[in-house]
Amino acid sequence: MNTALLILLILQLLSAGVVKLSGNGKAWTVAFISSLLSLAITVIMLIRLPLDNAFHYTTSFEWVKSLGITFSTGIDGLGGLMLLLTNGLIPLILLSACNRETEKASSYFSLIILMQFALNGVFTARDGFVFYVFWELALIPIWLICWMWGDKNSTRITLRFFIYTLTGSLFMLAAIIYMGIQSNDYSFSLDAFYKLKLSDSQQAFVFFCMMAAFAIKIPVFPFHSWQPDTYTDSPTQGTMLLSGIMLKMGLYGIIRWLIPVVPGAVDEYGHYIITLSVIGIVYGSLMALAQTDFKRMIAYSSIAHVGLITAGLFTLKAEAMQGGIVQMMAHGINVVGLFFIADILMHRMKTRNMKELGGLAHTQRWFSVFFLIILLGSVALPLTNGFIGEFMLFTGIYQYGVWTTVFAGLTVILGAVYMLRAYKAIMLGEKHGRNEQFQPLMKNETAVLVIISIIIFITGIYPSFILKFSGSIAGNIHNLIH
Amino acid sequence: MILLLIPLFPLFGFLINGWLNKSMPKGLVGWVASLSVLASFGISVYLFIQLLSGANEFQFTVFDWMAAGSFQVDFGFMVDRLTAIMLLVVTGVGFLIHVYSIGYMNDDEDYPRFMAYMNLFVFFMLLLVLGDNFIMMFAGWEGVGLCSYLLIGFWFKNDNYNEAANKAFIMNRIGDLGFLLGLFLIYQTFGSFNFKEVMGMASTYPRYDSTITAITLLLFVGAMGKSAQIPLYTWLPDAMAGPTPVSALIHAATMVTAGVYMVVRSNVLYALAPFSSEFVAVIGLATALFAATIGLKQNDIKKVLAYSTVSQLGYMFVAAGVGAYSTAIFHLVTHAFFKALLFLCSGSVIHAMYGEQDIRNMGGLKKYLPITHLTFLIGTLAISGVPVFAGFFSKDEILAMTYSHSFLMFTLLAFGSVITAVYMFRLYWLTFYGEFRGTKHQLEHLHESPKVMTVPLMVLAVLSAVGGFIGLPEIFHAPHFLYNFLEPVAAGAGHHVSHTFEYVLIFTSIVVLAIIIYSTRNYYVVKGTLPESDAEEKGIARILSRKYFVDELYAMLFRKPLDVISGLGYRFVELGIITKTVDGIQEGINTAANGLRYLQTGRAGSYLFIMVIGFLALMIYAIIL
Repeated sequence: MNTALLILLILQLLSAGVVKLSGNGKAWTVAFISSLLSLAITVIMLIRLPLDNAFHYTTSFEWVKSLGITFSTGIDGLGGLMLLLTNGLIPLILLSACNRETEKASSYFSLIILMQFALNGVFTARDGFVFYVFWELALIPIWLICWMWGDKNSTRITLRFFIYTLTGSLFMLAAIIYMGIQSNDYSFSLDAFYKLKLSDSQQAFVFFCMMAAFAIKIPVFPFHSWQPDTYTDSPTQGTMLLSGIMLKMGLYGIIRWLIPVVPGAVDEYGHYIITLSVIGIVYGSLMALAQTDFKRMIAYSSIAHVGLITAGLFTLKAEAMQGGIVQMMAHGINVVGLFFIADILMHRMKTRNMKELGGLAHTQRWFSVFFLIILLGSVALPLTNGFIGEFMLFTGIYQYGVWTTVFAGLTVILGAVYMLRAYKAIMLGEKHGRNEQFQPLMKNETAVLVIISIIIFITGIYPSFILKFSGSIAGNIHNLIH
Repeated sequence: MILLLIPLFPLFGFLINGWLNKSMPKGLVGWVASLSVLASFGISVYLFIQLLSGANEFQFTVFDWMAAGSFQVDFGFMVDRLTAIMLLVVTGVGFLIHVYSIGYMNDDEDYPRFMAYMNLFVFFMLLLVLGDNFIMMFAGWEGVGLCSYLLIGFWFKNDNYNEAANKAFIMNRIGDLGFLLGLFLIYQTFGSFNFKEVMGMASTYPRYDSTITAITLLLFVGAMGKSAQIPLYTWLPDAMAGPTPVSALIHAATMVTAGVYMVVRSNVLYALAPFSSEFVAVIGLATALFAATIGLKQNDIKKVLAYSTVSQLGYMFVAAGVGAYSTAIFHLVTHAFFKALLFLCSGSVIHAMYGEQDIRNMGGLKKYLPITHLTFLIGTLAISGVPVFAGFFSKDEILAMTYSHSFLMFTLLAFGSVITAVYMFRLYWLTFYGEFRGTKHQLEHLHESPKVMTVPLMVLAVLSAVGGFIGLPEIFHAPHFLYNFLEPVAAGAGHHVSHTFEYVLIFTSIVVLAIIIYSTRNYYVVKGTLPESDAEEKGIARILSRKYFVDELYAMLFRKPLDVISGLGYRFVELGIITKTVDGIQEGINTAANGLRYLQTGRAGSYLFIMVIGFLALMIYAIIL
C-alpha cells in the first residue's frame, strides 16, 4: 500500500495524456472517471493514514544525484487533507463543466487533470526541489486554461498573472537552492531543511524569498493586483482551480516550508505579514462592496477570507493554525460554490452585473436555497463549515492581539453587508422580465450544488474528522518551533 | 437523550415543510409545523415537572463539536431551571403563534415556506437556550438572526422589506462582533466555553476584576444588537416588515429576549462586575425611556408595539443590571404573554382591515371585532401595569428592585411606565373606539378572525391576566414561585422591600393609571382628537414621530461613508495606485530585459512546454537508472 501515492500521481499524469488523446467527444467522461479514481484512492489512503506526525505512503528515489535532488513524496495529516481538498474538488469542478460547450475540450480537460497532477505533487513533495518543480508545473496548465479559454482581455491579464507569479517563484527557487547549499550533506529534503541552523540574517533572506512566492500566490495585500482580473476573466473552471485549490499552495507552503524552516525569522517578521493580511481583510471587504460584477465581488471577498487565514497562521497559535487548515478546506468548497453560482447566472442571463439582475427567487426556489446556503457558509454562520475555521482562527488571533482581532473582525460585519447586498440584488425584489430565460437547474448543476451544500453542513456540524488530521500537524509544528 | 428531541422536532418540521413545500397538502402544513412545536412543549413540560419535583438538571453531550488540543467545544445540551422557564415560553407561546399563523398566513401563496421558517426559528431558539456552553448559545444566537432575516424579508418582492431584513442582520452582526470578542476573552481567561466551568472558575475572582468587567461589557454589546438596545435598536421597528406572527414570536416574545437570557445565564459574571451591571442598567433605562417617547407619536399599530417592545426590553435590562435576575426573567415571561397577545391582536385587526396599519384610518373596531377587542384590552391592561394583570406584578417588582438600587433610576423608570400607559391607551382608544375612519370597502368586510386565530388570542389573554401570579410580592403573603424556583441558578437580589413602600407603590400606580385612562379617553374618544397628518407635525411631535432622526444620523455616519470609502478606494487606490504600480514595474522590466520579450510574444507556452518535457525526461531518466 505504500505505493498508493505514487500510483495516484502516475495515474493522474497518464490520465492527462489519455484525456488529450481521447478526442473532444469523450474527453470529459475520461477526465471525470479519472478524477473519481483519484478521489477513491485518496479517501482510502486517508482512512488508513496513521496520525502520528510522520509521513506515510512515502516514495523516495534519487532523481538527480549530482545535485542532491531526491524525488521523495509522502503525506501526513496536513498533506492528506490537501489531497482530499484537491482530489475532492476536481470532480466537482469537472461536473460543473459538464453540459457546457467547451472548445477544444480534449485540451481543456487534459490540462485540468495535468493541473491536478501538479497540485498533488506540490502537496506531497518532501524535497525542496521537487516542491519547486511541481509548484512551477502547476502554473503552466492553469495559465493556458485562463489564457486560451478566458474572456477577450485574457492575453494581457494572464500575462500579468504569469509574470507576477513567476517572479515570486524565482525568489523561492533562490531560497531553496540556498538552503540546499547550506545543508550538511547538500540535500534539498524537508528533513534537512528542518535541521538547518541558519543565522538571523540567513533566515531573513530565506523568509522573504519564500514569502515572495507565497504572498503573490495567496495573494496577500498589496500583491493581489493580478487576482481580481484573472479570477474575473478566466473560464469558470480556471477560476475554481485558482481560488479553490491553487491559492492554498501558498498557505500550505507557509505551514510546511516556511514556519518550521525559519521559525526565527517568522517570529521576527511575521508581524508584518499579519499586519498586511489584516489590512487585506478590510481592504478586500471594502473593495468587494464597490463591485457590481458578482464574480469580481467574490474575487475581492476571497482576498479578505484568505487574509484571515494568513494572519492566523503567522500568529503561531495552535488554535489559529488548526483553524487555518480547516478554513482552507472550507474556503475551497465555498468559493467554488460561489463561482459556480456566478457561472450559472452568466450562462443563463448573459450578465453578472448585479444591477441588471433581480427577483430570481420567485421562480428559482432551489437555486435560491443553494445560493443562500453557500452564502451562509461564506459569512461563517454557525453550523456551516465557514464558522469552525473562522472561529478558531479568531480565537488564536485574539491571543496574539486584541486590536488585530477587532480590526480583522470587521469582516464579520462587512462580509454580511456585501454578501446580503448581492443576494438581494440577484435573487430578491421584483421579477425581471428577462428572468424567463432562466432555465431550471440542470442535473449536473443540481448535483454540484447539493454536494457542496451537504459538505457545508457536515463539516460545520461535525468537523472532528478534519480536526483529527489537522490536529496532528498543528501539534507537530508547535514542537518544531519550540 | 430526551433533550436532543426538543430541538429536533421543529427541525424535522422545517425539513418536511421546507422540502415538500407546495407539494404538501395545504391542510397538513400547519399541522406538521404546529405539532412539532407542541411536541417540544410536551417534553419541556415533562422536564419542568421533573425539576419541580427535585431533579437538579439534565445534561446531554451529543459529540465533540470542535476539539483541538485544549480548545474544546461540545455539542452539548443542558436543562436547568432557567432553561426550563425559557423552554416553556419558547415552545408554549411559540405553539400558540404557530396555530394562529395557520389562519393568518393561509391565503399566502408561500404559506409552506413561512411555516418552515417559523419551525427553523424555533429550532435555533431552542439551541440558544439549550446549549450548555457559550458557543452553542452563539450558534442559536446567529441562527435566530438568520431566521429573523428570512422572515422580515419574507415578502421579498418588496425591496423595502429586503432592506429591513438586511438591516436587521447587519446590525445584529455588529453586536455579534462584540459578543465574539467576549467569547475569545472568556477562552483566554478560563480556557473553556462551558457555562458550568466558566462560572465555577469565575466565582473565585474578586469583585471589580477588570477582565470580568471587559467580558461582561463585550457580551452585552451582543445583547444590544439582539435585544435592540441603544444604540443598536433601529432594526427592530423596521423589522415590522415581516408578517405579524413573526413580529409576535421573534420580535416580541422570544428572540429579542435572548440578550436578557444571556445576561441572566452569565449572572455569576455580571455579579462580579458592578461597573458592567450599572452600564447594563443605564442602557436599559435610557432605551426604556427613549423608545417609549417615540411610541407616543407613532401611528402605525405595529410600530407602536415595536417601540413598546424596545422599551420593555429596556425594563428587563434594568432589572438584570440592578442584580434582580429572577425579576428580569419574570418580566421576560409576562412580556412574552402580553406582547405576543398584543401583536397577534394587531394582526387580527390588520387582517380585518385588509392590510391597513395606520390607526388614523381605524376607529370603532370594538363592535366588529369583539374578541380581538377584549383580548387587546387585556393585553393593554397587562402592559400598562394595572393591578392583578401580569405586567403589574413584574413591572412593580422591577420598580421595587430599582428603588432599592437608586432613587433616580426608580423615578425615571416610573415615569417610563406612565408613558407606556399613555401610548398604549392612545393606541387602544384610537383603534377600537370612536367613529370608523376607514374606507367603505373595509367597513363592508370588517369581520372577526376565524377561531384558529381567536383561540390563541384567548389563551394568551388568560395568561396575560393571571401570569403574574407566578411572582407575587411579599405583601400577599404567598410564596414568590418564580424567585424560589430560579434561586439555585439565578439567585440575584432578594425580595425584601418594605411593606409600606409596596403599598404606596401599588396605591400610586392605581391612581396614576386611572388618571391616564380617563384623560386619554377624554382626549381621543370624547373629544375625538386625531393624530395630525405627517405634514402638519412640528416641534417635538415631529422629532418624536421621525424617531429622533436616528436612522438619518446612522445613514450619514456609517452607511454613506462606507459606500463612499469603498467606491473611492476602488477607483483611486485599487485601480489607481496598486494596479498601476505593479503594471508599471512589469512594463519597466519588460522593456529593460529583452529576454522576457519572448513571454510577451506568446512564446511562453513553448518555453513551459520545454519545461514539462525536461521534467518528464528527468523523471524517466531517474526511473530507468
